[in-house]
Amino acid sequence: MGLSAEDLGAIGITLKLASLTTLLLLVLCAPLAWWLARTQSRWRAPIGAVVALPLVLPPTVLGFYLLVVLGPHGPGGELTQALGLGLLPFSFGGLLFGSVLYSLPFAVQPLQRAFEAVGARPMEVAATLRASPLDAFFTVAVPLAREGFFTAAILSFAHTVGEFGVVLMIGGNIPGRTRVVSTQIYGHVEGMEYPQAHALAGGMVVFSFAVLLALALLQRRQPRLRP
Amino acid sequence: MKADDSIIRLSLQRPAFRLQVDLALPAQGITALFGPSGSGKTTLLRCVAGLERADEALLQVAGAVWQDDARGLFLPPWKRPLGYVFQEASLFDHLDVAGNLAYAQRRADAPRAPLSAQDTIALLGIGHLLARRIDTLSGGERQRVAIARALATQPRLLLLDEPLAALDRARRQDILPWLERLRDELRIPMLYVTHAVDEVARLADTLVVLDQGRVSDSGPVATVLDRMNASGLPGEDIGALIEGTVCELDARWKLARVLFDGGSLWLNDGGLARDQRVRVRVLARDISISLRQPEGTSIQNLLPASVVSVAPDVQESQVLVRLACGRSVLTARITARASDALALAPGLAVWAQVKSVALAQ
Repeated sequence: MGLSAEDLGAIGITLKLASLTTLLLLVLCAPLAWWLARTQSRWRAPIGAVVALPLVLPPTVLGFYLLVVLGPHGPGGELTQALGLGLLPFSFGGLLFGSVLYSLPFAVQPLQRAFEAVGARPMEVAATLRASPLDAFFTVAVPLAREGFFTAAILSFAHTVGEFGVVLMIGGNIPGRTRVVSTQIYGHVEGMEYPQAHALAGGMVVFSFAVLLALALLQRRQPRLRP
Repeated sequence: MKADDSIIRLSLQRPAFRLQVDLALPAQGITALFGPSGSGKTTLLRCVAGLERADEALLQVAGAVWQDDARGLFLPPWKRPLGYVFQEASLFDHLDVAGNLAYAQRRADAPRAPLSAQDTIALLGIGHLLARRIDTLSGGERQRVAIARALATQPRLLLLDEPLAALDRARRQDILPWLERLRDELRIPMLYVTHAVDEVARLADTLVVLDQGRVSDSGPVATVLDRMNASGLPGEDIGALIEGTVCELDARWKLARVLFDGGSLWLNDGGLARDQRVRVRVLARDISISLRQPEGTSIQNLLPASVVSVAPDVQESQVLVRLACGRSVLTARITARASDALALAPGLAVWAQVKSVALAQ
């Protein structure tokens, strides 16, 4: 039961997708989570709810609207065409876009909790030590919230590797371009190719376990956050 | 008011609370902000730092204007050359001790640097702690590092918000001598928030009493403490602060004699040296009054004095008697019945028997 070239291709795309999604999410969600943790604006609750939407929406609903919005006649599609990016559906770019949206709460929420735990005091201390707010964010808030960044990265990566519905809708399961491990497994099962399905599915289990274990051990070596 | 004095004039309206102060700080020395919880001490400090925005303020420190709402000027905290020591440990625990100090040094205004990093580290005795992680430090060590870090920004004003409040008594005794060194060696004004009379007595040069957001009294520390006594500060802490010089040491009985303008007092020598300037506290509850010079008494400290006033104390059965002793004023707390029996009245010559004297610490 070896892995076929198609299997290996799907693994490669999955890892690339999960890595890029995680990276993008950490960069995008840090300011968003910071804002949610600190603001007293009346927009906090509605925006928090929008961020959490992917937690409760069926992935097919998200995928469907992404197709509509990003399609040739949707506002997103017109924008990407005007920018010379072409159309995102059924491309790796579309897959990435969908994955970022779908895993958004898994990055925002741990970061928000971590920033809330840091609290206002260290930022005030930094201000009295001549650090501007941006300076203090990178030199105090981010290091103090590092465990939140670990958790956000683990969850985003694992959740992206495990997604299926959004990938199928917006990616279209095109071999070599948008076919990931989960859709490849589905294909094997559909074709009654159980040994191949086993190889990939078993690999996923081992890989996921190894990643979580490694990060958990790494985290334990870090100095713990204190209140 | 001198040209290099600092001006702190601000008002702030909160629901059920109004802060309104107008202070001039001398260019050097500790000004203590004293008052009960909720009197606005910490809020005042936060407004000076810019962490909280006063409604209307004029802040001028060492010739530079930090805030002048009449002209629409407001410097954010990170642009104010101040040092702030918070009540609880505020060190960054993702950095070690040296990292915390470096954080402040890197952001300090370089051109003037009267205080080198080595000076600061030596001044607070933290050289041996530099490589330590924050969570391995004791509470007293943390506060010393926090003070050193605040000084590393080369501040023009040092704000201290009850820096000893989170420490137990032994740790406070550890850190007080370091604060005394700061007071004596730094050429910057310090604003020191506290609700502990003993810290005021030991450290402050100037005392500002805050009550419900307003300055109820201010002036040189001995004068204001004395006025507070006269007005019957509730609690057992009432006492006179006397400054004097050690003039004699009795090695056999481990006593030291402190000479002041109204006489002299014996106290435990506790490692004092001859000619050392010291502040001693005499608590009102430790003074009794006699009309004639007492004889055959165990009390070692007898001072001739004259009655200045007799005022009712908070408790109805007691009175506070102010006694002039040279230029110093002592306060005695005795029962109203005793005062009546001795017919104490202003101008009467008496003997003050002082049962116990302590170094202000």
